[in-house]
Amino acid sequence: MNKEVSVAKIRDFRRHKEYKEFDQASNGYSLMPFNFYRVDDTTEVIINEVGDFLYVKKGTAEKIITRKLSKRDEPDLYADLIANFFISEHIYSPNIDILAARIRTKKLFLESFTSLHIFVITLRCDHTCSYCQVSRVTQNRDIFDMKREYLDKGIDFMMKSPNPCVTMEFQGGEALLAFDQIKYAIAKVESLAPIYGKKVSYVICTNLALINEEILEYCKSHQILISASLDGPKEVHDRNRNKLGASSYELAVRGIEMSQNILGKDRVSALMTTTLHSLKYPKEIVDEYFKRDFGGVFLRNISPYGFALRTEEARYQTDEFLDFYKVALDHIIEYNKQGFFFVEHFSQILLTKILTPYNVGFVDMQSPAGLINGVIVFNYNGKVYATDESRMLGEQNDYSFMLGDLVDDTYDEIVYGEKAQKIAQVWANESLAGCSDCPFQVYCGADPVHHWATQGDIYGYRPTSSFCQKSKGVISHLFKLMREDNEAKKILESWVRI
Amino acid sequence: MILKTKGYAVGVEEPLVMIATRYTSRLVSDDYCLISDSLYDEDVYTVSQDSSDKQYKGIFNVKSTSHICEGDIICLRKDGYVQTLYRVNSSNNVLFVTGRCNSNCLMCSQPPIDKDDIDFWFHINMKLITLIPKNCPELGISGGEPSLLGDKLFQMISLIKEELPVTEIHMLTNGRMFSYDQFAESLARINSPRIMLGIPLYSDYYQDHDYIVQTKDAYFQTLMGITNLKRYGIRIELRIVLNKLTVGRLDKLARFICANLSNVDKVAFMGMEMVGRANTNNKELWVNPVSYMIQLKNALEILASRKIVAQIYNLPLCFIPQEMWYATVKSISDWKNVLPTECNGCLVMDKCPGFFQSNTKEFNLINPILELNSSDE
Repeated sequence: MNKEVSVAKIRDFRRHKEYKEFDQASNGYSLMPFNFYRVDDTTEVIINEVGDFLYVKKGTAEKIITRKLSKRDEPDLYADLIANFFISEHIYSPNIDILAARIRTKKLFLESFTSLHIFVITLRCDHTCSYCQVSRVTQNRDIFDMKREYLDKGIDFMMKSPNPCVTMEFQGGEALLAFDQIKYAIAKVESLAPIYGKKVSYVICTNLALINEEILEYCKSHQILISASLDGPKEVHDRNRNKLGASSYELAVRGIEMSQNILGKDRVSALMTTTLHSLKYPKEIVDEYFKRDFGGVFLRNISPYGFALRTEEARYQTDEFLDFYKVALDHIIEYNKQGFFFVEHFSQILLTKILTPYNVGFVDMQSPAGLINGVIVFNYNGKVYATDESRMLGEQNDYSFMLGDLVDDTYDEIVYGEKAQKIAQVWANESLAGCSDCPFQVYCGADPVHHWATQGDIYGYRPTSSFCQKSKGVISHLFKLMREDNEAKKILESWVRI
Repeated sequence: MILKTKGYAVGVEEPLVMIATRYTSRLVSDDYCLISDSLYDEDVYTVSQDSSDKQYKGIFNVKSTSHICEGDIICLRKDGYVQTLYRVNSSNNVLFVTGRCNSNCLMCSQPPIDKDDIDFWFHINMKLITLIPKNCPELGISGGEPSLLGDKLFQMISLIKEELPVTEIHMLTNGRMFSYDQFAESLARINSPRIMLGIPLYSDYYQDHDYIVQTKDAYFQTLMGITNLKRYGIRIELRIVLNKLTVGRLDKLARFICANLSNVDKVAFMGMEMVGRANTNNKELWVNPVSYMIQLKNALEILASRKIVAQIYNLPLCFIPQEMWYATVKSISDWKNVLPTECNGCLVMDKCPGFFQSNTKEFNLINPILELNSSDE
């Protein structure tokens, strides 16, 4: 290049240029994948492929799509849309590598595969709860404990998981009725874990009726987490959960206090189950959890499995649960406004998905679904199930989600077998009708087991799906709340843990 | 602060990079040159090792040498200049690698010189690196745009890694050359754990950033550069200069960083230095810092919620609400940092980042802090 040309080029480069000279729009703009949802009469929220969202005036989505959006007339909105991957002035956004990294981040929970391994160590139970997911059997029948042979195989299976961090969760019946089996299993895992390079967390799910100091000291020295059942104050809890000759509530509270004292409050958590009866007491249930110093509550609805399907008491419309949820959430936010940090855990999970680029390994709400990818269940009889709920169907002689047998089948046959492959075709909501074009798809998940149990179809039919109804109801409520109440918005944002 | 002085050069052809000393005994080493400041004249010279016929070469009749400390590293040039390249008593030493730049920022404090000086500075810096005291805590690399050195940049950083293994390296760059993946890979291959790149990003919206940088596609290239660098695990400090053109979308930029660049190691919000182009473009750029404190507070909160370290550089404490003082840093290089007389009586002068000496326009906005809220010390 001759000198004059290069001098001229440099001079032109150093010339001061006007703002409009940096405009790269040529033939309008291209649409990037996004969706929208009407929050109220005046506002929409538009949501892009990775969950970034913008509140906009009602009708904006249509304006964008019909190319009525003008860069000149609405420069701020236009800039927001370009910067946040809603539209692009190029066929391929120059930022596409960033978008790719975002999508990978959303799916990072897949990287390590199965983490939660549930061992149903016994079917024996000292309670007879009305909604029991587990086919309960009275205490006298020892054939319903998990044999050592199955325990060993289950532990081998857990060690084969590619995940360097695994959780071993003991459930039942009442897990503490088989405490000796638990001790055996933990001792075995502790000796194997260093060989396999695994970090193992232990959880015992228990109604705490049988808890004592000796058991708690054991839990303390092996760093076991306790997951208790607490449905609410006495009138709710005891109505749902029956123990012959005693108040399940009083035993639970005594057990919780003892556990918190010996293990520390951060090692004791509780789960509630919602029944028709519970629905009348949203505030009281929140108050009970607040009183017990749990720092939060997980507002769960009832799964349509097990005795629940047979018990009228447990049937109810998802709408009623949503009303319950909204009242309870309001009450929780009130506590926060008074200066107490108290979290609703289901909302917390959703808010992490909505407000951050990260995802949460919450097996009930991920795509691809949590079954096998995140969780696997070993029944007392050596059968392997895809999820907790799958096992319940098995107890009712529906073996659709039984993946195999710990003794007869290999790891590969179970995890990559025909059943698993069949489920895999419907476990990503990106490719399910009704989900793929839902504005909340990136925050939500797929649950083939739920749809099989309630609709008789693993694919699921979204318009009458109670899973969809619940997810949409909660997510849209959170969007509405964050828009209407600025103080609530700040509180919800403070719950997000990354 | 004086960093350059002049005299008459004798026997100086190539630039000589040497350590300044006032002790003749040190002259046994080739690396040293003598500062001789007598009543009548001041000279800076070296004695060649051909002791049979002592040859003196250096800069004579220098205007002043009192600013040169024992151990400072200086450059003697054939045009008579004596330039201080490294000061032993300062923690703000920077390697100047070129005056050239491939950007054209509106507020550039060091307007680019379109002359090929890369080899000139490369030879000086390669010698300089070997002379720097091994306990130097931090060394900057700046210009112009350091990445224009191409392979020479990696040679220089490799040499720093070898000669100064405990020295932290902070390089200022627009990051655009790193949009070439091999360029980022070459930097990563040096495998120094002590490198951090300071990269400016002025907006989440490409047109705003490109306008401020006065270069088409700068935004996309910088983002691609950051993406590549992060793939290799290089530490990055995002730098956001605060002026009239950047404060409008400050919270949106903070949100953009949280969503898309959450793996950067640090975000620095920087008060603008009113020198060079920033002065020329003052009307378009300058805004009273007090007026953007709300946006800055929001941006800090947004970043804090995602646990991204965010700090405020170059702004004095009296411009900033007390609840944000925790984020301030004494960041202005010592040689251009002043606390004007208007500050007298202020209780927190020792903690204050102070002013750029060229920001005289802001001195009449000074408000000495005469009492502190009880929540602070």
